[in-house]
Amino acid sequence: MVVAGAGLGGLRAAEQLRAQGFTGEITVVGDEPYPPYNRPPLSKEALLSSGDAVRAAELAASLAFRPRAAAGDVRWRLGRTVVAADLTARSITLDDGEVLGWGALVVATGLRPRRLPQTAPARGRHTIRTAADAAGLRHEVRPGVRVVVVGGGFVGCEAAATLAALGCAVSVVEPLPVPMVRGVGHRVGAALLEHHRAAGVQFVTGTGVSRLIGGRPGHPDADRVRGVVLDDGRTLDADLVVESVGSQATVEWLDGNGLDLTDGVVCDNHLRVEGRADVVAVGDVARFPNPRFDSVPRRVEHWCIPGETARRAAGTLIAHLNGTALPDASFAPLPSFWSDQFGLRLQSFGAPGLADRVEVLEGELGQLPAGVAVGCHRGGEVVGVILINIPPARHPGYRSLLSSAATPAAQLL
Amino acid sequence: MKVIVDLELCQDHGQCVIAAPEVFRMDENSKLVYDADPDESMRRYVEDAVDVCPLQAITIED
Repeated sequence: MVVAGAGLGGLRAAEQLRAQGFTGEITVVGDEPYPPYNRPPLSKEALLSSGDAVRAAELAASLAFRPRAAAGDVRWRLGRTVVAADLTARSITLDDGEVLGWGALVVATGLRPRRLPQTAPARGRHTIRTAADAAGLRHEVRPGVRVVVVGGGFVGCEAAATLAALGCAVSVVEPLPVPMVRGVGHRVGAALLEHHRAAGVQFVTGTGVSRLIGGRPGHPDADRVRGVVLDDGRTLDADLVVESVGSQATVEWLDGNGLDLTDGVVCDNHLRVEGRADVVAVGDVARFPNPRFDSVPRRVEHWCIPGETARRAAGTLIAHLNGTALPDASFAPLPSFWSDQFGLRLQSFGAPGLADRVEVLEGELGQLPAGVAVGCHRGGEVVGVILINIPPARHPGYRSLLSSAATPAAQLL
Repeated sequence: MKVIVDLELCQDHGQCVIAAPEVFRMDENSKLVYDADPDESMRRYVEDAVDVCPLQAITIED
């Protein structure tokens, strides 16, 4: 058994294979040199509380997951990148030329950040995905440093809030009229925008970045970013640029196997990759249909998805290896994520991004710190709820709006 | 089975309540309360709670 990817999804897949009775050899390959660690804090408390000399290894160690004891005999190949796969010969190739054969393969290679297309200037530009990214950014952060965050999604807005708390002068550039619109919709996004502005973050919305400006040619800092030019011609000075312009699935290593790799790996509801019984995908890279919403396969970049897809995928592989029937119950995980920004704890359940209408259930959007609950509707059903500073004791009541409205899986399959 | 929650780490996300509602709940003040010695039949759900805790604040001691 080979697991390609040593993030949360890869770890949970290995653990679930053991938990569900697989006794053969398991090898997990990961391109980072560190055992699996918790990524969400990298744009939040881990970035905030690290000193400016923090090392990536320290950061990864402080955020490391504690693997289940049953996974103690898993073989880890860390610091190694999977560069190719041959699904017919059942093998993968690593960057040092080693070929690993497998009886079954778990695709868990996750995402990497998209970058702005311009390659120069190269210095002073950062992303936040890995411990190395976060440490590299932290090394350059000092009070008074001017930061332009390109992209106002969740990572960008969390980074903006954290960097402002570290004393930076932060501007966020977002091409859409409000930030985080894909995650929370226009009305909630607009309220979050006002909250950020009141906290001192400058937002430039409705325009993208056309190019980056470097230092004077021939000067030692020629290759260091000095500013950004916006699509509307304005210029923002910048000592640092954080690129939070989305992510792309790491799937190039699967090229040449006839798979649809346009956005992750297409799976069925059992997480089988395009119907193959011996290849499954888990985590951010898996594009699977969730009958809670509809039959469209989608990638879901949410906290609970690696664990839930790992459990499902492990069961699928074990049924295949044992020659037993697949479970007939459908897989309908409830997506959830959270975000911490300037004293706001935002929690989302379901898929607010699918909604065509939002309804404020409690509180006022102009008073986010006091607590706001929003229902997200698609037609007559509630597909998501967004809770901002709502005490956790009241979450189950709001979540129940969602599960009671979800279309029963049996009607869709 | 002994369950230990590091309440210094806990930030009241409530993911454990979703995973194992018979063991973890939020009281009326939205503070976590939990059964520190749940029945063995709860193990699977408590393991899930350990996994999904965003702060990785829950441990099981056998």
